[in-house]
Amino acid sequence: MSALEVSLAGIGLRSPVLTASGCFGSGREVARFGSLDHLGAVVCKTVTPNPRQGIDPPRGAETASGMLNAIGLQNPGVDAFRAKDLPWLAERGTPAIASVGGHSVEDYVTCVERLRGAGLVAIELNLSCPNLEDRGFMFALDPARAAEVTSVAVAAADVPILVKLSPDVTDLVAVASAVAEAGAPALSLVNTTLGMAIDVDTRMPKLSTTTGGLSGPAIKPIALRCVWQVHQALPHVPIVGMGGIRTGEDAIEFVLAGATAIAVGTANFVDPRVTAHVAEGIARYLDAHGIESLDAIRGATKQW
Amino acid sequence: MSAIVDAPVTGRSRIGVYWVLTLEAPEIAARAEPGQFVTIGTEPVGLLRRPFSIYRVEGERVSIAFDAVGPATRWLASCPVGAELSVVGPLGRGFDLSGQGDAIVVGGGYGTAALVFIAERLRATGSPRAVHAIAGARTADRLFLDHELGMRFASLTVTTDDGSAGRAGVVTDVLPGLVASSGAEIVYACGPNRMLDAVARTCATEGVRANLAFEEFMACGIGVCWTCVRAVKTPEGIRNLRVCTEGPVFDGAALPDGAAAAPEAAVGGAAG
Repeated sequence: MSALEVSLAGIGLRSPVLTASGCFGSGREVARFGSLDHLGAVVCKTVTPNPRQGIDPPRGAETASGMLNAIGLQNPGVDAFRAKDLPWLAERGTPAIASVGGHSVEDYVTCVERLRGAGLVAIELNLSCPNLEDRGFMFALDPARAAEVTSVAVAAADVPILVKLSPDVTDLVAVASAVAEAGAPALSLVNTTLGMAIDVDTRMPKLSTTTGGLSGPAIKPIALRCVWQVHQALPHVPIVGMGGIRTGEDAIEFVLAGATAIAVGTANFVDPRVTAHVAEGIARYLDAHGIESLDAIRGATKQW
Repeated sequence: MSAIVDAPVTGRSRIGVYWVLTLEAPEIAARAEPGQFVTIGTEPVGLLRRPFSIYRVEGERVSIAFDAVGPATRWLASCPVGAELSVVGPLGRGFDLSGQGDAIVVGGGYGTAALVFIAERLRATGSPRAVHAIAGARTADRLFLDHELGMRFASLTVTTDDGSAGRAGVVTDVLPGLVASSGAEIVYACGPNRMLDAVARTCATEGVRANLAFEEFMACGIGVCWTCVRAVKTPEGIRNLRVCTEGPVFDGAALPDGAAAAPEAAVGGAAG
């Protein structure tokens, strides 16, 4: 067994390195720059039941050590994704995890049902979508709403469900616990945190939606704290850790905080080969410290 | 195919207020087409790469031209010969050079640089097409007039908003006359997006095809982040297409009249 193999909620992954949804397409564009064989799986861009054109630009802005984005879930719809993107990954033997989103519990169920038998290794629920049945608040903000969509998705799916949560809550452990009790086999922590930037010359917000998701190295300490807190409270719930990971050392930090696997997001925009470097960096760390596998150091942060 | 390479700076010079950097990037030089772009890493000053149209390709070297207006471009302008830059490219879909008729290029500011590549490519491939140029800017020092510019084109018309060089006015003041006198079948343009919209309208009125290279904020440049979209007419209706992948060159006829793609509820979410 390779030192990099991990088991995530019963899913055998050849590598702990995944891609964060929305930062890697479905792999095709990035594969121009080299093989994807170092990835445990490609976590694809979020799809919804029907195609969406997303929001008007401007959709992005750079900030200190990070960036803001608001895309509005532009995607071709779950059926086109299944027909066009998944076969491309399957032909290359690249394990695929779909990400699904929506504005109602029904939307999530529809996506999950239409992905039955699609050869996925898992489905991730993007719970940072505005819930139009609850005043537009994100599903991930409320333990009860998050648990409700989790339980119906788990029941409808034929593969394990990863539930991706937002760091923008007062008590993340409460949301994580509710989702775990509702049957989530694993968690993805964390989605972007809501932010804002203003052009002082025009006095206009830099995003057409005014606020948007902050990602990149700027949020790594927040993400790491979230993973650590949830792992402390729920040590048996596997976590995919993400938020600002750029190097093997960054990834090891998340594992020490309790993550079973990690995902690389914004760094892919800067370097399309970064996931390969992260995988190499993890292997180098294990080798240098004489550690046989990541299992040996998971959650092994020492205490002062 | 595109490549990610560490490219040494082999040349650094100025044209007007602009900077020109030349990079040793054989993999990119071999594949670059006029209208395509590269992205350059700006790690010492920022996180994201910055996109730059390709100005010239000479052998294994690629040149870019830019205005040093922000921290990233000011840093880039300070990179000495010998410095290594992380370069990704060539990216995007360039100008459609498949036509046989004569052409007009319209450049605004340093946008003119991307059009020089058209003239050089046509000359290198022995094309008999005559290419006329219009170069415009707000003021004389903001024109991108490399010293060979006049020789590259069948004619060169210069406009400045304030009349400090060439004819006082904007590029679209002289474009209709040149379309009529040259009989050009296509107009290639690169410059500020507002100028491109005006060129598209003029070309529609004059009944000549327009091929426009747009600039948008882009986080990745390789088609995965979906920040750089523009509303474009497609057979399926108006769609938000990626400037980095389906563009940066779009046909004037594909631009909707001020309308955006069917908008979604403008909820500033963290969903992606």
